[in-house]
Amino acid sequence: MKYSRSHDVMQQVLLITTSYFVLAFSLYFLFAGHNNPGGGFIGGLTTACALAFIYLVFDRDKANEYIRFTFPGLISIGLVLSLGTGAIGFFTNDAYLTQYFDYFDFPFFGEIELTTALPFDLGIYFVVVGAAMVIMLQIAGDEEEEDEN
Amino acid sequence: MSNIVVLPILIPVLAGALLILLVKRHRLQRFMSGLSAIATLAASLYLAVYTYNNDGIATLELGTWPAPFGIVMVADLLSVTVVAVSSLVGVCCLFFAFRTLHPERERYYFHPLFFFLITGVNGAALTGDMFNMFVFFEVMLLSSYALIVIGGTKFQLRESFKYAIINIFASMLFLAGIAYLYGITGTLNMAHIAERIDGLEETGALPVVAILFFIVFAMKGALFPLYFWLPRAYYGAPIAITALFGGLLTKVGVYAIIRTYTLIFTQDVAFTHHFLILLIAGFTMLIGVLGAVSSFDLKKILSYHIISQLGYIVIGIGLFTPLALAGTIFYYFHHIFVKTSLLLFSGVVERITGTTDLKKTGGILKTHPSLAWLFLIPALSIAGIPPLSGFFGKFALVLESLQEASYLIAFVAMFVGLLTLFSMLKIFINAFWGEQKHSNKQGETPIMDVLAPVLPLVFLTITIGLGAQWSFGFSMEIAEQLLDPSIYIDSVLKE
Repeated sequence: MKYSRSHDVMQQVLLITTSYFVLAFSLYFLFAGHNNPGGGFIGGLTTACALAFIYLVFDRDKANEYIRFTFPGLISIGLVLSLGTGAIGFFTNDAYLTQYFDYFDFPFFGEIELTTALPFDLGIYFVVVGAAMVIMLQIAGDEEEEDEN
Repeated sequence: MSNIVVLPILIPVLAGALLILLVKRHRLQRFMSGLSAIATLAASLYLAVYTYNNDGIATLELGTWPAPFGIVMVADLLSVTVVAVSSLVGVCCLFFAFRTLHPERERYYFHPLFFFLITGVNGAALTGDMFNMFVFFEVMLLSSYALIVIGGTKFQLRESFKYAIINIFASMLFLAGIAYLYGITGTLNMAHIAERIDGLEETGALPVVAILFFIVFAMKGALFPLYFWLPRAYYGAPIAITALFGGLLTKVGVYAIIRTYTLIFTQDVAFTHHFLILLIAGFTMLIGVLGAVSSFDLKKILSYHIISQLGYIVIGIGLFTPLALAGTIFYYFHHIFVKTSLLLFSGVVERITGTTDLKKTGGILKTHPSLAWLFLIPALSIAGIPPLSGFFGKFALVLESLQEASYLIAFVAMFVGLLTLFSMLKIFINAFWGEQKHSNKQGETPIMDVLAPVLPLVFLTITIGLGAQWSFGFSMEIAEQLLDPSIYIDSVLKE
């Protein structure tokens, strides 16, 4: 990944605007995942795309000012979330990874299905975002070090 | 149904995930890491006892999806023992690493990777699904790629590149093999595959698949002729990691051979077992030990011995009788204890003298008698001197190959045993006897703290040797369970 060093306003505005749409679309993927095409994995990849735009427009130091969490930590949180959701079975005497769901009535939204598959998927989402960003930034970082030499 | 089966996988993976967060908190990380390793060991032992009392087999259908459709975790006697032993070796190597690993290396995610490796090893042993086994193999291998380059010296990078390439290639073949198997049987559940293969009319393609799987596991298990990556790749890594790999990684390949060749590929025993596996076993033993005899470096000799001992382990599968299989299983566990402790001791030697080159060492017996005598125990054990554990494994295997009229393999096994003794004595004479070649200051290096983590392993090699009546009886029980696949199939498919 090559960071842009230009100060092209058009490019910046366009990429930032696009990243909002991509981000929204990735969240749609994440929540659609249970019964429709989508899910944590594809949602995570799309989010990583959106974040990559931000890193493309600014250079790494600038982008890090906006994105203030470390990505390896995100992998960790995601893993714990997914595995932890699976472990509900330990307390209810069901097999590990058993999923539970029920329908609830919410004011304004109406009837919504809530499942334990959602936090599980959210965990996958975090892991994928974390892993994809770590890989991208690591490879890009290598190149930058070479440039400096 | 019991969730206990998944605990030896779940605890290390959770520990690994949490340790990513603690990577900058040095002391807390070590504390958590040690605690989780012990918790994993406790869970594995509990699972072993539970399974043993539960008629020797326990299953868990993940997510309550019924057997041939969902993923099943199966704990039978072999897999729980493998898991328990792996977790124990994990604890020993981890505590050894605390004392020896350079803090710089520890900072590069050593602890999380270590636990992901244990996850992979335990998972591959416990899974009852072919594809899931592939996944756990990958978990294990990916963390091993990272662990083997930790430190990033030039030598390490060069050798682990080969290691990575050959393993990726093997994984690709593994996937192809799984695809073929699915094409033939239409299922990936191991019990279901075994059941369907039994009723298959067209079996022409099966030997091909069987050999494909054998190549894959032989590559991962470093059997002849695909062993060449092992000695140099293991040489470069820090010793705690080498010992972990030498004790566990290649054994997982062998475990997979035992599992698939007793459960699934049992149609053409005359060809696959008696011919192919025995042939490979003979060559593996011979080539491995010749490599060891020709090297003059402590770590390299021990790495070559991993290969030659793997040959012994595989003999029993080739002979495919209850006693031979029991010998294999006994040897399997004996080898894990002995090889890990020998490799860790070589790390202690390196700590004292700063080298593992046998030409530059000598006289350690004078300054560190405890290390020398402790080293001698597993060294004699691996060479097969009674009453230590190596003798009983070798005895069963040689006896059974004579009874099965495989005289050649019996001869090779005994000849290799002799050469093993020779190269162990070579180490002992050059490193421990003779005049002292390290300085007096080096002679004062304290070593009790690094010897302590190895003691349980040395103790076990003595115990399973002296208590061979009991330990071999248990191996017999495992072998009989393996040779009756209907136990496995029925308990998974609930028929």
